[in-house]
Amino acid sequence: MTVEHAQRRTPKVAKTNSVFKKAVMAISGIIMVLYLIAHVIGNLKAFSGAESFNSYSGWIRTVGNPALPGQTTLWVIRIVLLVAVVAHFWAAVSLWRQAKRARPQGYVTKKPTAQSYASRTMRWGGVIIGAFIIYHILDLTTGTVNAEGFDSTPYERLVASFQNPFVTIFYAISVILLGMHLRHGIWSATQTLGQSNRRREKTVSAFAVVFATALTIGFLLVPFSVLFGLID
Amino acid sequence: MRSSVGNPAAEKRGMNLTLRIWRQQGPTVKGKMVTYKITDISPDMSFLEMLDVLNEQLILQGDDPVAFDHDCREGICGMCGVMINGQAHGPQQTTTCQLHMRSFADGDTIDIEPWRATAFPIIKDLAVDRRAFDRIIQAGGYISVPTGTAPEAHATPVPKADSDAAFDAATCIGCGACVAACPNASSMLFTAAKVTHLGLLPQGQPERNDRVVNMVAQQDREGFGGCTNIGECSASCPKGISMETISRLNHDLLGALRAGARPKS
Repeated sequence: MTVEHAQRRTPKVAKTNSVFKKAVMAISGIIMVLYLIAHVIGNLKAFSGAESFNSYSGWIRTVGNPALPGQTTLWVIRIVLLVAVVAHFWAAVSLWRQAKRARPQGYVTKKPTAQSYASRTMRWGGVIIGAFIIYHILDLTTGTVNAEGFDSTPYERLVASFQNPFVTIFYAISVILLGMHLRHGIWSATQTLGQSNRRREKTVSAFAVVFATALTIGFLLVPFSVLFGLID
Repeated sequence: MRSSVGNPAAEKRGMNLTLRIWRQQGPTVKGKMVTYKITDISPDMSFLEMLDVLNEQLILQGDDPVAFDHDCREGICGMCGVMINGQAHGPQQTTTCQLHMRSFADGDTIDIEPWRATAFPIIKDLAVDRRAFDRIIQAGGYISVPTGTAPEAHATPVPKADSDAAFDAATCIGCGACVAACPNASSMLFTAAKVTHLGLLPQGQPERNDRVVNMVAQQDREGFGGCTNIGECSASCPKGISMETISRLNHDLLGALRAGARPKS
């Protein structure tokens, strides 16, 4: 049974290199993390009031004008992000399938010794984060599923969304999952790109924890402030 | 955990254990866990000696003994890999032959399974075919130099830190615990140990780029999974090969691909 598996799968797996796929995953992940840093800074403008928040949103759409026409900058960012998401997803699915083929029959008893919760939830956590991003865009960017609808300011959509405790809780769970995804992801990307070693290991892990925690808290500040009436 | 140690009554009587062992007649036959009772096991026995006692009993009863791999029984050959209670080589970070029954308590139930990976097909019971590792080595885990008289040692200086790291990696015995413990059944730690061992020494330099691309291509071809840097491999490696080796493999591989090295088809 297993012998036949190994032979049948051979040519298919050999086409692409698993380490190359990991590098694609790492680089696309880094691009998305850089965007998240900019995103969280933008979010915090909600504390400076509706005008500051809305004008920031307007600025993203017009930055580079008039040298660049219309929303050029915004669309460049969107396209780069879309390519990163697709590449990240492609590499993840491909490696996930390879791992499934590599052990079709699991152990009766398996005791994890080193793995963290974050590393164990990378795949399904990633799927949930992906679903969240789709909802998030429909809610706050397009307003499709937002109570205020499309014909509203970004600030109005923000407040309308997070006044609903269910939306805030879903958002919080997703952002915490994202934080865990980044905790393992930052360490894993450092390994994958060959930048880790015994001396750096502790520093990289500590940085990953601090960075992921800070980003998560940054993303949670605004929705909870709305929920508890600090922003309205 | 070690209740029988220092307890004269228990030591005299020996340990009574329940073993649940994966029995599978051959590569294409369906296997299942079979329960055996075993009595009067000395805590000073190695795990393999305990299995020997079981097999003697099975033979006397006219049953088929449990097939398991073993050779040197001193922790250096890498043959005796089995999954014990869900951990590669059991609760201690060592080989199964160096694991002693004092690591278990009287009355314990112990699950014993073979390594599970597509690339390691089961031959019988607990014995798996690990020739996939040999083929990874054949793909690049060597240096091409004329053999003969040993060269003068001072002719090729090697920094102490490099030789230490190379020797640490060279302690890999190819047991397959890394693959067995990895949630992806990836052989990265094994391949990385070989790439590190040869890549850090001057003799390994001429073939360094070809070595890494060919060895990685071969491990993919064998049907191993990809690495997700979880660390189960290193934590269960009897020789404590570090995750650093994986980073070094990745570094070498990406460098080799940039330099235009491509795997032989």
